[in-house]
Amino acid sequence: MSSIDPRQELADRLGLAEVPPARFENVAEVIEKLRQNDYLSDEAIASVTFLADRLAKPVLVEGPAGTGKTALAKAVADAVGARLIRLQCYEGLDESKALYEWNYRKQLLRIQAGRSESSTEDWSALEEDIFAEEFLLTRPLLEAISATEPVVLLIDEIDRVELETEALLLEILSEYQVSIPELGTVKAKQIPMVFLTSNNTRELSEALKRRCLYLYVGYPDVERERDIIISRVPGISTALAEQIARVVRSLRNLDLKKAPSVSETLDWARTLVLLGREEIGEADAVATLHILLKYQTDLEKATKELVGRGKALA
Amino acid sequence: MRNLLGEFIVELRAAGLPVSMSEHVDAARALTAIDISDREMVKACLAATLVKNGDHMPVFSTAFDVYFSNRHASGADLGEMDEESSNADETKGDDPNATGMRGSGRSRGMGGGGGSSMSAEELAEMLFKAMQSNDLNSMRSGAREAVDRYAGMEPGRPVGGTYYLYRTLRNLDLDSLMDRLIAAGTKADADGLEERLVKDEAKAKVEALKAAIEAEIRERLVDDRGAEALGKSVRKPLPEDIDVMHANRDEMAQLERALKPLSRKLATRLARRRRKRRRGPIDLRSTVRRSLSTGGVPIDLRFKPPHPAKPEIVVIADISGSVASFARFTLHMVHAISSQFSKVRSFVFVDGLDEVTHLFEESDDPAEAVARINSEADVIAFDGHSDYGRALLVFHEKYASTINKRTAVLILGDARNNYHQAHAEVLADLKFRARNVYWLNPEPTSYWNSGDSVIREYAPYCDKVVECRSLRQLEAFVGDLA
Repeated sequence: MSSIDPRQELADRLGLAEVPPARFENVAEVIEKLRQNDYLSDEAIASVTFLADRLAKPVLVEGPAGTGKTALAKAVADAVGARLIRLQCYEGLDESKALYEWNYRKQLLRIQAGRSESSTEDWSALEEDIFAEEFLLTRPLLEAISATEPVVLLIDEIDRVELETEALLLEILSEYQVSIPELGTVKAKQIPMVFLTSNNTRELSEALKRRCLYLYVGYPDVERERDIIISRVPGISTALAEQIARVVRSLRNLDLKKAPSVSETLDWARTLVLLGREEIGEADAVATLHILLKYQTDLEKATKELVGRGKALA
Repeated sequence: MRNLLGEFIVELRAAGLPVSMSEHVDAARALTAIDISDREMVKACLAATLVKNGDHMPVFSTAFDVYFSNRHASGADLGEMDEESSNADETKGDDPNATGMRGSGRSRGMGGGGGSSMSAEELAEMLFKAMQSNDLNSMRSGAREAVDRYAGMEPGRPVGGTYYLYRTLRNLDLDSLMDRLIAAGTKADADGLEERLVKDEAKAKVEALKAAIEAEIRERLVDDRGAEALGKSVRKPLPEDIDVMHANRDEMAQLERALKPLSRKLATRLARRRRKRRRGPIDLRSTVRRSLSTGGVPIDLRFKPPHPAKPEIVVIADISGSVASFARFTLHMVHAISSQFSKVRSFVFVDGLDEVTHLFEESDDPAEAVARINSEADVIAFDGHSDYGRALLVFHEKYASTINKRTAVLILGDARNNYHQAHAEVLADLKFRARNVYWLNPEPTSYWNSGDSVIREYAPYCDKVVECRSLRQLEAFVGDLA
């Protein structure tokens, strides 16, 4: 297979003087670097991160809430020593909040100032003047593109914006550039790593998905969850972490409205450590279950399923 | 490799995954960036570039196992095979007491030898130990051994993998294996919680073993029949394409799982659409306030939120045997988006009719309410065979006065009337009173009006008669309704 290096190709298109070096040598290095930043990845997460860097493509991370999608972007930024630029999406997000906005107050001032100075000033010169970069308010997307130092761009909860707003992102995601009608095209000065996260509350457009690598981050298995607990909760014993991970797995197997997330598991682990527990008895579990489960019906169900039988025996 | 990738993508598309041309290119490029002798890496790489929906992963995994099976003659996998067979040679020279070698790390090759030197007890013992210590490699070779022994696979025999799986599992006696795992894991002073944890763990391990056996059988079938033929026979529909009327138990579970997120997404989409559809009158206060920052010039007009009229929905569902699951799904979905309607009333019938709206009002989870319908609704008046005519008569007599020009009536069922009278004139009157009457039929269009199906008599009085066999069709219809 003829090997065109995607990074090389993109660098040529952006007109960069040299191809920025790849951030990771191999998948093992990704795993290791993320681990140093307290993020325990698995094979899939590390491979996709590695590919994203090699292919210079954005990553769309999907999965249930609280499984470390946002944390992944942060950890990657830390691991490669890049600045994290974050765009939090919400309904009603538009161009002026995501890309750029003309600072029209400042422009007005400039026009008024010009009027009092000399009335002979040429209008076209003034127009050119007020549509200069000086009057441009950069928003996260443009900022990520125009940054000269390495950046990681995190577009958080992309599923919250309307379908039409998604289109704003397409140019950035595929070409790493932003077109501003009055100014021309702003091209990236480096190759940023881009992560998009989605909680899957709606179907994203095909156009967006096609431009991204896809990573589904589900709940971790018992072993990985135990390791996550150990690395994130100081002072916890391996035995307790293991038991916590097993309880959480059993809970996730129940048919609950909202299964406990990894971040809730960590909260629970911290609580148990604060309480000075070395192992979880039934009483502790019942007393602290509300940290893991946020619905009354879920709590009742879990209590009945997990410890109900013991009570019946007693 | 490139050919293999092409074939693989053809298979994915045939299974319903929307793989675009540019994704194909991405996948090919991604493969050049990685070490293709690492099978897991290849899988992660193809998954990232070709699959863009978490629900499609299982379909992808199955297809991947078929096309990139461990024994498939792609150059990439040969390395692994060599290593395996040399391992096996080594093993043969050793002490044949196979179970003793579990810990030695060389157990991988055991099953590769092919000879079933172990007795049934030894095999069970080995599986037990492998599962207890979570030793994946021994588990895999145990699975291989089990398939050798029990599946009785015959080359060229055109049966599906499930048949062999069933034969293997039947002989393995997984229940007693699970009991042993539970007994071995439970400490003497364990409380209820600990017991439960041990049980769940054993269950997870048994599931893993089943998956290993299934994978093993599939690999052998690929050897026997080739990837393309097997791909066709193990191809599973995506959850949203499963035929609701003919779903087996597994598929039913998939449908149940898919239903909740699907309804949630639909609700989000509709809520957004409703908010965006029309703007209310100008909000003068807010507009003036906004204009202050532009020197009193109202550049930004602000609008009050709109209050568009929401339709009322009346659902009348046949819940007799064959169409019961379809009715359940539809009721679930309609109620899950009930905030999009000003009112939802639900009726169920077989040959009697009963209102079930209160079940949905009492519980905030539609799934729960749907589960209660079977036990609590009083729908059988005579012999328990659907009687659409009678159900419509009863409905008309009791509730016709509540139907008005804002009401959409939804009738769910296959219109198989068991040769009772159709009473289509009742439907004609309902149509006159209501805004719309829709009929959702879970049967394929080609079956309509065959046998005792009398949909043709009702059709003239419906605004639309829709074939609705899968969640995808159902979602599209319900989405249009709101």
